Amino acid sequence: MLIASTIGIAYDVLRWEERALISAFKSLGVNPLLIHVKSEPIILTTNNVLEGSVILQRCMSNYLARASTEALEGLGARVINSAEAIAKCSDKLWTASILMRHGIPIPKVAVAFSTEGVIKVVNEFGYPSVIKPISGSWGRLVSLVRDEEELRTVMEHRSYLPGQNSKVHLVQEFIRKPGRDLRVFVVGGEVVTAIYRVSNHWITNTARGGKAVPAKVDDELKELVIKTAEVLGAEFVGIDVFEDPSRGYLIDEVNPVPEFKRTVAATGYDLPRKVAEYLISLVRR
Amino acid sequence: MQVKCPICGLEVELPEDVLPGEIIEHDCGTTLEVVKNNGGIVLRPLEGIEEDWGE
Repeated sequence: MLIASTIGIAYDVLRWEERALISAFKSLGVNPLLIHVKSEPIILTTNNVLEGSVILQRCMSNYLARASTEALEGLGARVINSAEAIAKCSDKLWTASILMRHGIPIPKVAVAFSTEGVIKVVNEFGYPSVIKPISGSWGRLVSLVRDEEELRTVMEHRSYLPGQNSKVHLVQEFIRKPGRDLRVFVVGGEVVTAIYRVSNHWITNTARGGKAVPAKVDDELKELVIKTAEVLGAEFVGIDVFEDPSRGYLIDEVNPVPEFKRTVAATGYDLPRKVAEYLISLVRR
Repeated sequence: MQVKCPICGLEVELPEDVLPGEIIEHDCGTTLEVVKNNGGIVLRPLEGIEEDWGE
């Protein structure tokens, strides 16, 4: 039952992360309300039944995360992250657009809606370039094109993918990373922990085999990622950062429902507890 | 507690403190997810990794 002044966790799959968060809340004396979105519908009413509540959004499915957040906000809850923040972070094009307008350095990026459009962009950015969908995860459907033949092959394959989403092509310059990139976690406007994702492959997601190693965050990067989270309205995010040899830090993506099992294992930092403490502080304010 | 597998019909042993959203690998080879239904617990086949899963 959804009741006011509640701390809760909305989720679809109970992973290590969700279990760790539940334990963290309990260790702090809070028994979080577990909202398994696949078990119970959320019925919208006008009486703000969740006014004063703070809910942590942990759905693995982006669609379920957005929909359940919208519904819970409709009932008066404050959801971390908000529906607006999730929408902005989940759309790589929107994220890039917002960051760029706020002067936050990002890789060169363009959107194209045809093979010819993509070719035009890549001719300007140069080979190799990266083509990806505007929403996606775990490095799926991200392609590196090294010449025009490869580009045309990728675009032909993309043309056969179902859904309008596959008709929108995000083209990004290829950044020559030093065999790694960074994942920085921000909780409540504070940088709390970070890892390098080390890989010989250009896709460094740990889901794709990248190895997590603790990272130090200098003041410049700290300022950058805090501002990134702030302009997107996000309170708990994992921010992916490239290190360009000449331009320095470039923000790549912002993950609004971040995974952190490997980060906790690599750093020893109790991220679940930090997140739980943050949510509890919001209720007590 | 014991809950019936929707695929093979055999009983699946679950801990009393099982939570909805947990994933169970059953002996019949099916991956099942725990769901609350009408105050009780049922098992459903997990549909697998969806295109929008993950960060």
